[in-house]
Amino acid sequence: MLKILKYSFYDLVRSRWSYVYLLFYLALGFTLLFLNNDLSKAVITLMNIIIVLVPLIGTIFGVMYYYNSREFTELLIAQPIKRSSIFLGQYLGVAGSLSLSLVLGLGIPFILYGLFKSAAIWDFVLLLYTGAFLTFIFTALSLNIAIYNENRIKGFGYAILMWLFFAVLYDGIFLLSLIIFEDYPLDTFSLTATLLNPIDLSRTLILLKLDISALLGYTGAVFKSFFGTYLGFGISLMMLVVWTLIPVSTYLRKARKKDF
Amino acid sequence: MIIVEGLHKKFGRNSVLQGIDLKIEKPGIYAILGPNGSGKTTVIKTILGMVLPSAGSIEVLGENISKKWRYRKELNYLPQIANFPGNLIVGELFNMIKDLRRMPSDEEHLIELFGLQPFLNSKLANLSGGTKQKVNIVIALMFNGQLLILDEPTTGLDPASLIELKKLIKEEKAKGKVILITTHIMDFVEEMADEIVYLLEGKIYFQGTIKDLTERTQQSDFQHAIAEISTTQHA
Repeated sequence: MLKILKYSFYDLVRSRWSYVYLLFYLALGFTLLFLNNDLSKAVITLMNIIIVLVPLIGTIFGVMYYYNSREFTELLIAQPIKRSSIFLGQYLGVAGSLSLSLVLGLGIPFILYGLFKSAAIWDFVLLLYTGAFLTFIFTALSLNIAIYNENRIKGFGYAILMWLFFAVLYDGIFLLSLIIFEDYPLDTFSLTATLLNPIDLSRTLILLKLDISALLGYTGAVFKSFFGTYLGFGISLMMLVVWTLIPVSTYLRKARKKDF
Repeated sequence: MIIVEGLHKKFGRNSVLQGIDLKIEKPGIYAILGPNGSGKTTVIKTILGMVLPSAGSIEVLGENISKKWRYRKELNYLPQIANFPGNLIVGELFNMIKDLRRMPSDEEHLIELFGLQPFLNSKLANLSGGTKQKVNIVIALMFNGQLLILDEPTTGLDPASLIELKKLIKEEKAKGKVILITTHIMDFVEEMADEIVYLLEGKIYFQGTIKDLTERTQQSDFQHAIAEISTTQHA
């Protein structure tokens, strides 16, 4: 598996798109720091961008990689290698190289700006942590869509819809249901609903860590009492792991049964 | 070496293989023939474990291959469509396959034979179809497994390379290997094959030597015999 990982990673790291992605983050990091002149404010702005953009990039790269490397995958399957090693290796290669672009692209400007001397370092680390997880989660989800759809156009369509659902529609439905059922106690419901969407989960985690939950009013207080504790924080971080493991395992199960 | 029993394969509602029984015990060159869509590639891919059978069993070198992968160490495969990761260069691809298989290999000789030295530093995405096929052939032939499976090996090759390929296949045969070939080029079959396996609509319609086939169909030459067998009942 490590060999497959090495070669997928190598293949991707040298592709033009990885550089574009890396350069984008570098530019973003430097611009934000230049404009804001304040690390913690830059972290908030970054969060808003990362929370939407990272899942989108993970989704698109996942689908694109799967379809582009189909013939190569066939070549590998005919070699004496276990199938699950091939697919797991490729997945880690894609998600790993994307995460690397993210961490390097944002890390370099922030470190140059004096991140290590700043109090915002843990906020920033949390931001990169959730960013990396979002990459791993959405790459895995989109690989699932790709492996179930032979037709590229359909695969791309479903993948974008999936992203749209988690990034935009989910919040809309969530808000609507809060309004419709406003007469009922909704604490548990809204907590669960947040845990069930990795994007919302990441956003809430970072907002609460930044201690601006007062902006969130009553719900903020409820969330603070959950996410603010070590237990709540731990559960949320674990949920991100669960969100990664489930799509990876369905992906590997399908890969074992698929004809090439 | 290869024993296939009652092999069925369905893709959705489309039943591609409908009970294949095939025994290949002696070394030699076996040509798998049949019209388009008769299931040639599917048979090959089930032996390779790329396609999973709906029913039936396959043994390779005395071992049932279901859920196994180590038997592929003895198997070398030339796929029909050659496509590789575009960002790799040719030399890296060879090294990668060598690294993945960890077996003694003889690619230097093959690279020279097909004149691939000038392309070793080219990106795979920029190669012509014929050159890609040569790269493909080198990958399939650089290891010394006991089984060689070639799916349409002649596609895109120029006449000189075709002659080299034939020579190579004969050399491999002389080493006592089993070689499975699918092709639509009948001259190639007539020149190379020891035995023919003719597939039609997912079943084996005929298995035997070229001589058996011409005798059975009462045709004077091989090409007519093949044409005859695909139009009338002889099995």
